[in-house]
Amino acid sequence: MSNYIWLAIVFPLLGVLINGFFGRKLGRRLNGWIGVGTVALSFALGALVFMQVPGLPEHAQRVKLWDWISVGSLQISLSFLVDPLSMIMTLVVTGVGMLIHIYAIGYMEHDKDVARFFTYLNLFIASMLMLVLSDNYFGLYVGWELVGLCSYLLIGFWFHKPAAADAGKKAFIVNRVGDFGFALGVFLIWTTFGTLQYAEVFEMAPAISTTTITIITALLFVGAIGKSAQIPLYVWLPDAMEGPTPVSALIHAATMVTAGVYMITRSNILYTLAPTTSALVATVGAVTAFFAATIALTQFDLKRILAYSTVSQLGYMMLAVGVGAYSSGIFHLATHAFFKALLFMAAGSVMHAMRNVIDIRRLGGLKSKLPVTYWTFLIGGLALSGFPLTAGFFSKDEILAKAYEFNFLLYAIGLFTALLTAFYTFRAIILTFHGQPKDRKLYDSAHRESSVMTTPLVVLAALSLLGGLMGLPAALGLPNWIEGWLEPILEAGQSLTGEMHHAALGTEVMLILASSVIAILGITAAWWVYVKNPQIAERVAAKYHSAYTVLFNKYYIDEIYNKLIVEPGKALGRFFYRVIDKAFIDDVMVDGLAKVTKGFGATVSGWQSGYIGNYVMGIFVGSVVIVVYFFLR
Amino acid sequence: MVHTSYYLLLAAMLFAIGAGGVLLRKNALIIMMCVEIMMNAVNLTLVAFSRQLGSLTGQVFVFMIMVVAAVEVAIGLAILVELYRQIKSVNIDDFSSLKG
Repeated sequence: MSNYIWLAIVFPLLGVLINGFFGRKLGRRLNGWIGVGTVALSFALGALVFMQVPGLPEHAQRVKLWDWISVGSLQISLSFLVDPLSMIMTLVVTGVGMLIHIYAIGYMEHDKDVARFFTYLNLFIASMLMLVLSDNYFGLYVGWELVGLCSYLLIGFWFHKPAAADAGKKAFIVNRVGDFGFALGVFLIWTTFGTLQYAEVFEMAPAISTTTITIITALLFVGAIGKSAQIPLYVWLPDAMEGPTPVSALIHAATMVTAGVYMITRSNILYTLAPTTSALVATVGAVTAFFAATIALTQFDLKRILAYSTVSQLGYMMLAVGVGAYSSGIFHLATHAFFKALLFMAAGSVMHAMRNVIDIRRLGGLKSKLPVTYWTFLIGGLALSGFPLTAGFFSKDEILAKAYEFNFLLYAIGLFTALLTAFYTFRAIILTFHGQPKDRKLYDSAHRESSVMTTPLVVLAALSLLGGLMGLPAALGLPNWIEGWLEPILEAGQSLTGEMHHAALGTEVMLILASSVIAILGITAAWWVYVKNPQIAERVAAKYHSAYTVLFNKYYIDEIYNKLIVEPGKALGRFFYRVIDKAFIDDVMVDGLAKVTKGFGATVSGWQSGYIGNYVMGIFVGSVVIVVYFFLR
Repeated sequence: MVHTSYYLLLAAMLFAIGAGGVLLRKNALIIMMCVEIMMNAVNLTLVAFSRQLGSLTGQVFVFMIMVVAAVEVAIGLAILVELYRQIKSVNIDDFSSLKG
């Protein structure tokens, strides 16, 4: 069965072909079910292969289809890798992806371009599977670029909205900045190792100088910064919320943005060999987590709050892989995929019901109008806040525990961010679902929630509650399944640094208690501020007006980038347009040549007088000159 | 025997007369006749040298030129006649519609 893993990519591609070429003829209902069906097939195949992984020799199997590029010593084959890491990613991508596809049927029911939507969505699933299943950096890069393309297409899906079109461009361009570094990293891998295949690279890696490995990993990390929305390239992700909500859930929360985490985990041997880069990854992750969480505190757009929390949670994952806790990173990746996809889709359900109003200042009291959405959002919010025993609690706690062993400062940042996370999550929940409706007319005109949209919510809510069972804290003597599952991937790296040891029982218990207290504290604080004393938020905002304004305007990062990068870039563009292109190439080179030819022709054509006498005189004088010349020579 | 230089002198004079005619006259018919005179001046030179050198090559060449000249005159006159029909003139200054 594992030999046929490539079919997991083929199924969604078939969906792309069918919906892409015949979508409009098939009708809206069928479009959606083709989209869902192909992903469901991939999921089924993925699940079957997943079960076989423990039986494979060395838990891994290479499935080679054919030689792809064969130029001199550059040999790249189209081949896939079945191993614990790739299969867990496949399950997350296709599983969460399938639920989001189902949800999208309901969400997009009034859109006139359903076929195009599902074409893009299926193309995304195929690209993402290419990314995670490839057994070499080239395939990873191809998938990496393809998911970027799909992200662009889907953010700009409603391209008639200028904001959406701009957001798509922004996402694509910012990602290109990161991809540039990533491509350089892949080039450097090739020049250093002479191969791009994971197994060969990792085998040779310990013999390579630390400097080279550090540069390679840093360049690869630049790609991860772009794709996984870390400082300083996170700016595209909040804007990406202009896209349809299923897109935000699928691409900008659950799957694509975690590609950087996957890539670093896949390259864990390289990162283990480059402690400098790893420390950088951890620092960037922790700072991003904190930074994005502070912005989320003051936003009023429900989807943007979730977007900043995604950036923040991705920061946690980066922190995890940076401190060498790769399995915790993947664990958080999976649980985050569950609860963040859930939160986005629940937010989309609110949007759907409220006619695209997403400003939490205009919502409120939706608890009774949208009961399923409320309860699932609440569960997702609890998981995001790290409320004890939810999925997010275990994964976040594990990251914090590993960070604690690594560096206390990073741990402190992470813990404080957890407090902020709980606070802003429940601020959003309270303002959206509790209290009195702030816009009565809007409230009364709300649609009912439809079952095609709520079913995926319920499934994901269950996963958000129970997903923690994948990785119970091993220090307490509980089975940590995911750590054992990923062992074959990570053991080579661990053998380089010595066995990963778990903290002492006492420390671990203390850390878990700290996380629990922090989560509950954040939730209580949100309740206290927004339910008990609703006026306090405004008073705090007024008292610390300057700080509030800075946060509300997202630290003016977009404005700073505009001034520092976009405006100079535009000025440079204008310079090249006016001086190089217009003045030099157009006026001097192209038009200049034409003018010279034309002027020469005008002068010379005067000689063609049309009077035969003149010509004869010319011939005569010419002959005389020639004769005289030959005589005098 | 007449010295070759006289023939050459005569030929040069004929050529100059012909060239002068081509340059100065405006009547296309006259110009064509002047071209013929120039050509025959050349023929005369060729025959003179043929006699001087005792080789027949020059004379063969002359026959060749005469044939070509006959053809050329036939075509030239035909063009001229057609031109006259079009613009009712044989003055070459009237044939100036091709000027640049």
